[in-house]
Amino acid sequence: MSGVVLPAIASPRQRWLRRYGLASLGAAIILAWALLAIFAPWVSPFDANFVDVANRLKPPSWVHWMGTDALGRDVASRVIHGARVSLAVGFVVVAIGGLFGTLLGAIAAYARGWVEEALMRLTDLVFCFPPIILAMAIAAALGIGTVNTVIAMLVVWWPKFARLARSLVITQRSMEYVEAAQSVGFGPAHILVRQILPNAVGPLVVLLTLDVGNAILVFAGLSFLGLGVVPPTAEWGAMVAEGRELVQQWWVATFPGLAILTVVMGFNFMGDGFRDWLDPHARTR
Amino acid sequence: MLRYVVSRLGLSVVMVLLATLVIFLIANTVPGDPVLMQLGDLAASNPATVAEFRHHWGLDLPLWHRYWIFLDGMLHGDFGESLVSRRPVLRDIADYAPATVELASIAFVLSLAVGLPLGILAAVRRDSWIDHLARAVSLIGVSAPTFWLAFVVLAIFYGWLDIAPGPGRLDPVSFPPTPITGLLLIDTAWLGDWDTFRDAAAHLVLPSIVLAGSTLGLITRTTRAAMLEALSQDYVRVARAKGLRGRAVVTGHALPNAMLPVVTLGGLAYANLLAGAVMTETVFSWPGLGRYTFTSAVAVDFPAIMAITTIVAIVFVAVNFLVDLSYALLDPRVLKR
Amino acid sequence: MPAPADRPPAAPILSVRDLRTWFLTDAGPVRAVDGVSFDVHPGETLGIVGESGSGKSVCAKSIMRLLDAPARIVGGAIHFRGRDLARLDEEAIRAVRGREIAMVFQDPMTSLNPVLRIARQLVEAMTAHGRFTPAAARTRAIDLLRRMGVAAPERAVGSYPHQYSGGMRQRVMLAMGFSNEPALLIADEPTTALDVTIQAQILDLLRGLNRDMGTAVILISHDLGVIANVCSRVLVMYAGEVVEEGAPEDLLTDPRHPYTWALLHAAPRIDAEAEDRRLVTIEGQPPDPRTWPEGCRFRARCPFAVDKCAEHPQLLPAGEGRATRCWVTQAGGALHTPARPAPLPAVPRPEAAPGPLLQVTGLQKHFVLPNDGYFGQPRVLRAVDDVDLTVSRGETVGLVGESGCGKSTLARLVTRLHQPTAGRIVFDGTDIGSATQAQIRPLRRRMQMIFQDPYASLNPRDRVGEILAGPLRLHGIVDGEAAARQRVAELLDLVGLPVQSARRFPHEFSGGQRQRISIARALSVGPDFVVADEPVSALDVNIQAQIINLMVDLQERLGLTYLFIAHDLAVVRHVCDRIVVLYLGRVMEVGRAADLFARPQHPYTRTLISAAPVPDPRIERTRRHVPMLGEPPSPLNPPSGCRFRTRCPIAEARCAAEVPPLQDIGGGQFAACHFPGKF
Repeated sequence: MSGVVLPAIASPRQRWLRRYGLASLGAAIILAWALLAIFAPWVSPFDANFVDVANRLKPPSWVHWMGTDALGRDVASRVIHGARVSLAVGFVVVAIGGLFGTLLGAIAAYARGWVEEALMRLTDLVFCFPPIILAMAIAAALGIGTVNTVIAMLVVWWPKFARLARSLVITQRSMEYVEAAQSVGFGPAHILVRQILPNAVGPLVVLLTLDVGNAILVFAGLSFLGLGVVPPTAEWGAMVAEGRELVQQWWVATFPGLAILTVVMGFNFMGDGFRDWLDPHARTR
Repeated sequence: MLRYVVSRLGLSVVMVLLATLVIFLIANTVPGDPVLMQLGDLAASNPATVAEFRHHWGLDLPLWHRYWIFLDGMLHGDFGESLVSRRPVLRDIADYAPATVELASIAFVLSLAVGLPLGILAAVRRDSWIDHLARAVSLIGVSAPTFWLAFVVLAIFYGWLDIAPGPGRLDPVSFPPTPITGLLLIDTAWLGDWDTFRDAAAHLVLPSIVLAGSTLGLITRTTRAAMLEALSQDYVRVARAKGLRGRAVVTGHALPNAMLPVVTLGGLAYANLLAGAVMTETVFSWPGLGRYTFTSAVAVDFPAIMAITTIVAIVFVAVNFLVDLSYALLDPRVLKR
Repeated sequence: MPAPADRPPAAPILSVRDLRTWFLTDAGPVRAVDGVSFDVHPGETLGIVGESGSGKSVCAKSIMRLLDAPARIVGGAIHFRGRDLARLDEEAIRAVRGREIAMVFQDPMTSLNPVLRIARQLVEAMTAHGRFTPAAARTRAIDLLRRMGVAAPERAVGSYPHQYSGGMRQRVMLAMGFSNEPALLIADEPTTALDVTIQAQILDLLRGLNRDMGTAVILISHDLGVIANVCSRVLVMYAGEVVEEGAPEDLLTDPRHPYTWALLHAAPRIDAEAEDRRLVTIEGQPPDPRTWPEGCRFRARCPFAVDKCAEHPQLLPAGEGRATRCWVTQAGGALHTPARPAPLPAVPRPEAAPGPLLQVTGLQKHFVLPNDGYFGQPRVLRAVDDVDLTVSRGETVGLVGESGCGKSTLARLVTRLHQPTAGRIVFDGTDIGSATQAQIRPLRRRMQMIFQDPYASLNPRDRVGEILAGPLRLHGIVDGEAAARQRVAELLDLVGLPVQSARRFPHEFSGGQRQRISIARALSVGPDFVVADEPVSALDVNIQAQIINLMVDLQERLGLTYLFIAHDLAVVRHVCDRIVVLYLGRVMEVGRAADLFARPQHPYTRTLISAAPVPDPRIERTRRHVPMLGEPPSPLNPPSGCRFRTRCPIAEARCAAEVPPLQDIGGGQFAACHFPGKF
C-alpha cells in the first residue's frame, strides 16, 4: 500500500527510556529518599524532636515549609528523619524474610518428598492468617517497639518467597541445562547454587523490590495503630496518627503520608520496570 | 468431582486444626503477661490475687490441657470470656462483626465492579489512555497507605467541602434500627426506615472507597496481566481466524481463561478486606471487628485474640476452599489432573 | 496421488501481488515478507516450503490479516474474489475469516481453548457467520467430526480439549476449518507437532477433503516430503521472497534454484541407501531480515554464484509452469549433482576391541504419578519396560519410536540421570544400574549426553567459555586457567566455532551454533560414549545436515560410540549402523539399518517406515502406504500381550494373551512379534 507511513525508528534515547525509564525513575526516587535518610541530621532544617509549643500547628511557611505539629516540632525535619526508620525496616524485613523464604522454598523444591511436603504445608499454614492480624497479635504480645514489630512482620513475611522460589526452582529443575550439568558430573549443591539460582533470580528480584514498598506500608500501618515505634521517634505512620484528628491543620498528617506514597511508588516503579524487562511479551516491542 | 470436594474439604479441616494449634501456641508462649496487664502492678504484687486470677482463667493448667479445653470450647461455640469486657467473646464478636462485614462487602463489590472492567479494557487496548489510567489507578491503589487515604478523603469531603458525613456508621441524631442482621442497610430496608437507610448509605461511601483502594489496585493489575497472557495464546488467534467479533474473542475466549488467577486473588482479597479493615475503621470511628481486634491485642485479651484469629483462619481456609471449588468449575483440567 | 486439477483453470481465487509484511520494531523494520507474489486456483493444493524465518508463516497470517503488532502489511495486494484483503476494514475481513478462508495452525495442543467444550468451539465457528442456527451447527459439528475420523463424535462434542490427543485435536481443528465450506484452507505446519503415523493420517485426511469438497489448500511446511505428498504446486521461500515455483515432480527432481537444490540434498532420504554419512550442506546462515543483502539474497551461501548475482534477480518463468529467481538457471545454467564433502583424512585410531561397550538387560523405569486428592491407587507409568540393548564399541545405534515410547527415558537411564526401577546397565564391564551418583561420577568422563533443545540445554547465565571449562575443572582434566583456556579453544575449533565464542553468552548464537556448543561440552571431558537425544530435531534441514556431518566427523576422528535417539526415520537410517525400534516402552525390533528398512519384520516397523514421506512425488506414488490404525494407547494402561496389537493390522487372539519375545530372525535382526515378516 503506497499510503502507508512507516513510523519513525525510535532514537536510542527513546528506546532507552522505554526500556529503562520506569525502573530508573523508581531508582531515582528511592535513591533520593535513601540519601535524605542517611544525611538526615545534616539536611533537615530543624532538630526533629525539638519541641516549641509557642510555634505549634503553624501552617507551611518559608521557615517551616511543611508546617509544625501539635508540639511545635518541624514537620519537614520529622519527615526526613522518618525515612530512616521506614527504609531501614523495609529493607531489613524483606532482606531477612526474603532470604529465609527463598532458601526454604529452594530447598523444598530441590529436596522433594516429605521435606517439600512439610515445608509447603507450613507456608500454607502461615498463609491462613492475614498478616496484619497476626502481626498485630504478635506485636501486642511482644510489646510495642520497632524491633518487636519487625519480628512480628518477619513471622508472616517469608511464605510468599518460599512459594515463589519453589515454583521457580521446579521450573528450572526440569530444564535441559540442569540435566546437562548432572550428566557432566556436577553435584546437587553446585547445580542448585551455580546453575539454578542465577536463572531463578529475576522474578525473585521483582518480588523483593515490590515487597520493600509493601513492608514499608505494613510497618507504617502498625505504627499508625500505635504498635510500631515508641514516641517521640519520628516515623511516618505515627506522624499520620498524631495528625489524624487535625483536619484543619491538614499538613501535619498529609506530608508524612505523601512521603510513604512516594517511597512505595518508587519501589513499585522499579519492580514493574524489572518485570517488564523480564517479561517475554513486553520484550518484543 | 465429589472426590475432589471431599479431599479438599478434609484438607481444609486439617488446616483449621493446625491453625488453632499455632494460634494457641503463639498466644501462650509469648512473653506478654495477661496477669500484669489485667491486674495492674499493685494487685500483681499480691501472690494470692495472682494465683486466684490464674486459677480463674485456667492459666495454672498444663499447656496441652488448656489447648484441649480451648478446642473443646471451640467445637461447642464457646471461646471463653473476654478479659476486658467480661462477656462471652463470641457475643462481642457478634456485636462488632456486622459493621465490618457490611463495609468490606461493599468495598469488595466496588473494587470488582471497577477493577475488572478497567483491567480488561487496559489489556485489550494496550498502551492506550485507558491502559495508562489503569496502571495509574493500580499503582496509587497499592502504594497509598490506607490510613492516610482515609484521612485525606475525610479532610477533603467532610472537613473542607462538607459534602460527606463524618465518621461513624450513623449520624448521632439517627436512631439505629433494632439489629436483625446487624447490617444497617439490610436492617433499615427491612424495617422500611428509609431515612436511616440513606444516612447509613451516606456514611458508607467514603470508608468503602478508601478500603476498596488497595484491593482495586490489585484486581486491576492482576486482571490486566491475566488478560494480556490469555490474549497472547494460540486459541485466541484461532478464535479470530474463525471470524468471531473482537468482543466475542475477548469475552468468550480470553476472559474465561484470565478469570482463573483473578478468582484466586479475589477470594484472598475479600478475606483480607474483612481482616484488614482495622485502619479504615480507626480513622472513621467504625465500630467493627478491626477495632475490637486492635483493642484486644493491646490489652493482651487472650481469649478474644484467640477467638478472632481462629475465626479469621476459618474464614481464610473456607475462602480458599471456595476458590479451589470455583477453580474446578472454571477449569476442566483441574479435576483431570 | 490424485491431483484435483491437472491444469488449473484460468481465474485464480487468490492472487497475492508483491506482498510486503514488515515488523515495525523500535530498531527498524524487519522485512519478514518482502515482495511475495503467487496465485492459488480453485481446488488447488499449493505447498509453501522454507526454513524458519523465511517468511512463510507471516505470509499466511497476512492473508488472514491475523498479524499482531508490530507486524504490518506495508505494501502489495491480496486479491481474493474481487476484493483486496490487504485493504479491507476489520468488519469486512472478519466476514472472510473462517467463512471463505479458514486456517489450521501448527500446535493443536494450544489451538483449542482449554476451558470451553469442543461443541461450543465448533458451533461458534459456524454461527459467527450466521449460516447455521446453534442447533443445526451442533448436528453439523457431530457430522464433521465423524468425517474427520473422530471416534464417538456425539461424546466428543461434549468433552473438553484436554481429554484428547494432539492428533484428535488436529482433527477437531480441521473440522472447524471446513465447517463453513471455505473456498481456501490455509494449513500452517499442521502436522509438525505430531508423530509420523498421525501425520500420515492427517495428511491423508487433508488430501481426501481437498478432493471431496473442492476446497483449495495452502499447505505450509518445512518438510519437503509432506509437501510432495499432498501438493500439486510448490513455492520455495527464502529470505522473505519466493525463489522457486513449480510442480513437485519437476521442482523436487530437477531444482532450478540453488536453495531448493541445497534443501533437497541436505535432507537425508528414507528410501535411499547412503554411500556416505556426510550430507551435502551449504555454509552459513540465512541473512538478517533487517538488512537483506543488495543482490541475490542467497548469494553468500550459493555454491553456483557468479558476478551477475550482485544484482537482485526477478522471479521469471523457467519452462512449463515453473519459475525461478536465479541468474544462473535463467541463463540456462545447470545445477550439478553435488560432490559430497570429502571425508577428513582418516586419523589412525586404535582398532577398538570388539565387544559391547554398553549392555542393558531387563531395564525398567516406572514413574509413580500422584493421584488426585488423597484417595485411590497411585498410577504407574511404565515408561521403559523390560528393555534389552547392546551397543558395541565404535558403532552408532539408533533408537526410534513415537512420542511416549520411552526413548528419552531410556537415554536418561543409560546415562544414569534417572534411577532404573529394575534391570542391569553394564558399561564397559561395570554395572551402573544401581550405583550411587558418587560412584558414577568418575564414569561421567567416559559417558556424555547431547540434548534436544539447543535453547534449553545451555545455561543462559554462563558464558560459553565457562560452560566448557566447568567440566574440565570438575574432573581435574586441565591444570590451571591457562590450560583450561587452551583446551576450550581447541574444543571450539573442533566443533567449528571461532575461538572468540568463549567470551559470549548462549543467546548470542543461533540454534545450530548452540548445538555445536552442546557437542563441545559433551566432548570436553573426552568421552568414548555419547548419548544424543534428538540432537537435530529442533533444527532446520540445512543446519541439521551440518550437525550430522559434524557428528560423523567427530566419530571418525575420536572413535566415538553413539546412541542416537530420533523420531525422524530418515535421519536414523542415514546415521546409524543398527536400529532399535521402541513402542510403549518395549523393543519391537532390532536390526542393521539397511536390513531393517529393506525387510522390516515387525508390523510396527513396517507401518512406521511407510508413514514417513519421501520428498519425491513419483516415488511416493509407487510406495505402498500401510494405514496405521488409531492412536497409541496410554502408557499408563498399556494393552495386554503385545503392546502393538491394538493398532496392528495382523493381530490375532494370541497377541492379546501372550507377550511376544524378541526372537532372532537371523542376520542380527530380532523382532518381538508372533508372526514376524507375515505382514
